[in-house]
Amino acid sequence: MKNDNKDIVIEVKDLVTHYGDRLILDQVNLEVRKGEVMVIMGGSGSGKTTLLRHLLGLHQATSGSILLLGKDITKMAAKDLYELRRKMGVAFQGGALFSSMNVGENVKLPLREHTKLDDKTMDIMCRMKLEVVNLSGFEDLMPAELSGGMTKRVALARAVIMDPKLLFFDEPSAGLDPVVSAELDELILKLKSAMNMSIVVVTHELESAFRIADRITMLDNGKILITGTVDEVRNSDNKRIQDMLNRRPSDTVINAEEYLGRLTGEI
Amino acid sequence: MKQYAGRQGSIPIRLFLENLGRRTIDAIEELGYIFSLFVESIYWIIQGKKQSQPVSVPTIFREIAMTGVYAVPIVSLLCFSVGMMSAIQGIETLKVFGAESQVIVGIALAITREFSPLIVGIIVAGRSGSAITARLGTMQESQEIDALRVIGISPVRYLAAPLLIAMLVAVPALTILGDLMGLVGGGIYTSITLDMSMNVYMNRCLDILAVDDVRQGLIKSIVFATIIVLVGLSNGFQVRGGAEGVGKATTRSVVMSISCIVFADMIFTYFLNR
Repeated sequence: MKNDNKDIVIEVKDLVTHYGDRLILDQVNLEVRKGEVMVIMGGSGSGKTTLLRHLLGLHQATSGSILLLGKDITKMAAKDLYELRRKMGVAFQGGALFSSMNVGENVKLPLREHTKLDDKTMDIMCRMKLEVVNLSGFEDLMPAELSGGMTKRVALARAVIMDPKLLFFDEPSAGLDPVVSAELDELILKLKSAMNMSIVVVTHELESAFRIADRITMLDNGKILITGTVDEVRNSDNKRIQDMLNRRPSDTVINAEEYLGRLTGEI
Repeated sequence: MKQYAGRQGSIPIRLFLENLGRRTIDAIEELGYIFSLFVESIYWIIQGKKQSQPVSVPTIFREIAMTGVYAVPIVSLLCFSVGMMSAIQGIETLKVFGAESQVIVGIALAITREFSPLIVGIIVAGRSGSAITARLGTMQESQEIDALRVIGISPVRYLAAPLLIAMLVAVPALTILGDLMGLVGGGIYTSITLDMSMNVYMNRCLDILAVDDVRQGLIKSIVFATIIVLVGLSNGFQVRGGAEGVGKATTRSVVMSISCIVFADMIFTYFLNR
């Protein structure tokens, strides 16, 4: 049992969150093991982005706890969270590159803030990471001059510059053509094997999820439908999961009276 | 949003009171947020170095250039014009009493105590206050602020604190420039109209002006600088709703900071002249 605990890098227990009065996540439990790629899947509005933002410590949860590398970030002092963030890397959906800095400065920013390395060393480290994402020689471009795929790769380079233990990736394939998104999938697998990171990917792309995932967690309406290996998810007989996998629209039964009430605005 | 009980069919006065209450709470909340931004910025300015997260000095200088140095031409021009305008109006009014030469007292006091800090405040609010809101709002929308947080950089330390320092340097400096340009503007018209040499005019000005008059203007300019930064920042950090949200927040920021500046001016003028 103890050995198991050591291998768990992210542990979410009974997480409940609200946005205003609206319940977004309802009793979510999740474990991510060391060195695995965990894909969080779900349709739009299922709460997967919210879950990610809570994992990053960007929101306050209503109740429940989130343990990253064994430490509860919901009860952590700002200083400890600052320390912990050196061990985390995040690639946001739109890249979130700083538009006032060029590619090189963007990638080097975490080094500048967290280390006292000299400029030459930082340059070398920056070039190494850009090499990994196949963008060496692009240091001097500004973010506005990059294509969508390049932006995401730069964001990935910035996320891994500190050699983090945890890597979070929000919607790697959103807005990209199939070839570029396949390349990004390969890149994630490469990072996993080369740097032994634990990676959490949020996506709604089935194909990409099945290719990169060790395990998949599927969210629906703020609840976890299933957490399991790719095969377990594929072979599940849950109707909602099969709907997702086969791209069937969900057929909600319409209650005639409620429907009328909604139309007349009386509810 | 909460559904308020008995909302349907309620009498207008009740709706009005409900609305008033909600707006009051929102306003107090915003005031609290602005104050916490101020406290947090001061905290980082003082404690940053100890926490090995210093406020970046190059950024401060860049912001001083953006808000201060680049505003020099427009501030000079406008304060010059206002100085000349007060000379024209002053001489016209004082002619009635045949006391044209007393216009210098009016110009010297009005420019240093009132016009220069006010004009500078309004220009900086329009130029830099809007820029602060638009920049932060866009960063918020493109998740750059989230990115800062997850890298472990406090957005207040990285974005707000340097701006606060820069404004506290730039706005008083611009105000001193405004004082000078205003006096020169008034002087040119006065010396031509009253047949007085510029030297005599300047000497009269220096006789009239006490340290306290200039200090009054500078105290105001420090208050205005703080208002512009905090209003700009709080509107920027709270942007929601894409490009339209950024536009609305920018407008709101400029209107709010200019209104606050004028109100604060009135209050300070009252207390500083007692």
